[in-house]
Amino acid sequence: MNAFHKLKDRVAIVGVGNTAYGNFPEIDDFGLGARAFRNAVEDCGIGKDQIDGLLVCRVPSYARMGEILGLNPRWTVQMPPHGRMSGMAIIEAAAALDAGLCDYAALIYANIGRSRRVNYGGDESPGVWDPWGFTSPGASHALMFQRHSALYGTTTRQLAEVSVAFRHHACLNPSAVMKQPITIDDHEAARPITEPLRLLDYCLINDGAVCIIMTTKERARDLKKRPVMISGIGAREAYSTASIPNFSLNFWYDEMRDVAAQAYGMAGVGPADVDALMCYDNFSPTVLFSLEGLGFCEQGEAGSFVEGGALKLGGRLPTNTDGGHLSNSYMQGWALNIEAVRQLRGECEGRQVKDAEVVQYCGATPCSRSIIYTAG
Amino acid sequence: MQGTTAKPRPRIDPVSRGFWDNARAGKLSVQMCQDCGDKHFPGSPVCPKCLSENQSWAPVSGKGTLLSWVRFHRAYWDGFRDDLPYLVCLVGLDEGPLLMSNLAGVEPEQIRIGARVEAIFESIDEEFTLPKFRVSD
Repeated sequence: MNAFHKLKDRVAIVGVGNTAYGNFPEIDDFGLGARAFRNAVEDCGIGKDQIDGLLVCRVPSYARMGEILGLNPRWTVQMPPHGRMSGMAIIEAAAALDAGLCDYAALIYANIGRSRRVNYGGDESPGVWDPWGFTSPGASHALMFQRHSALYGTTTRQLAEVSVAFRHHACLNPSAVMKQPITIDDHEAARPITEPLRLLDYCLINDGAVCIIMTTKERARDLKKRPVMISGIGAREAYSTASIPNFSLNFWYDEMRDVAAQAYGMAGVGPADVDALMCYDNFSPTVLFSLEGLGFCEQGEAGSFVEGGALKLGGRLPTNTDGGHLSNSYMQGWALNIEAVRQLRGECEGRQVKDAEVVQYCGATPCSRSIIYTAG
Repeated sequence: MQGTTAKPRPRIDPVSRGFWDNARAGKLSVQMCQDCGDKHFPGSPVCPKCLSENQSWAPVSGKGTLLSWVRFHRAYWDGFRDDLPYLVCLVGLDEGPLLMSNLAGVEPEQIRIGARVEAIFESIDEEFTLPKFRVSD
């Protein structure tokens, strides 16, 4: 047993909030973050001045955020704007709450990449490989998928199952950006970006913000809604090829096996117990890699695992029921975590997974993380 | 001269300079630790294995295995617009380190992951030569 397993069921998510998702040139990251914060405060019924912990991610300044919200906390963390930070942030906050460094933590993420025309490649993110024209996280995922295809025979039609399932969910989610259903043939006909990946393998780029409020189990009982417990966590980095950003020659398989062993071991559940999976999906291939690493199937078998709509509501593993990054909103993991909370509260209406009791978040990235949530 | 349509140039600093000097002389090299012998790329201020600063750029065979490839249909720099679609390859050098590069003289239909590849050198200008790869079997 790992020492951190004592954190099991000791910290809860008690409030979640988000903004609308879209293109909002008239408002900045602080404004969006403040809206999400207000919604999360309202969601849990806490007095906002009780909040004494602040974590911001992709928000340019923790101090300005605190000024805007009228907060002078005793615990502050600023995380970089990378997508892999949501799971890391929630785990850090859980540890801080358990240690008593704060009593109520607000975690705020905001993204204005759509209205400010962020490209996620080229001169925005200089790298060693620029002279050869290699850039962008999508290209790294294209490299990985190409290799996965060569090793295991995974096809683009299988990859399409991921995009089609998540779009189906987005069509059931009133907040989602993308509302037109797509088919496997639509995926195959979409324009190539970094071949073998096509447009429908890419996440959206949109503006929006998410806020999560966390506290200890004991304090959670006094708040408005049923708490959602953090029952399992797992973590492993892969920095040895960090100069090829967002890349792993072995699809983060070993790291995700480690993450899975930690998280399932702590929560006392296994893949068969997971009612819904919230899987980081900056690009569709990473969903296949996550399924293999977590042990939902063997390595190399995720292509056949997802066939026939397995990831859709009613399928064998409902995944990204909000539509994910591919079709709901590019909130870099944060929206997936609040979707996990809403599923466990039974708030998801037309996209609700019936009797959801165990919902898992995962992100297969250079900082792989998983969190297992259960209803408190 | 760097106009708006120029391709990005390497950022040459005290750590990376040896790689680019060797490339200009038609030699592919990786950084090697003089204390523990670890070979790695890109260059690093200390050896990632033993933390020694006693490192050099050691010529390698230029031979390796094609591990994957991607074909860009989008130009993130204007300088690559005329090349679209262009191929980038991931090569595992026989000496161990991974290199991203371009794969020359081959169409995607002909590419086989696992193929043997070897380095070739494309002179961009007097200061800068870019190592690329071609299929060797």
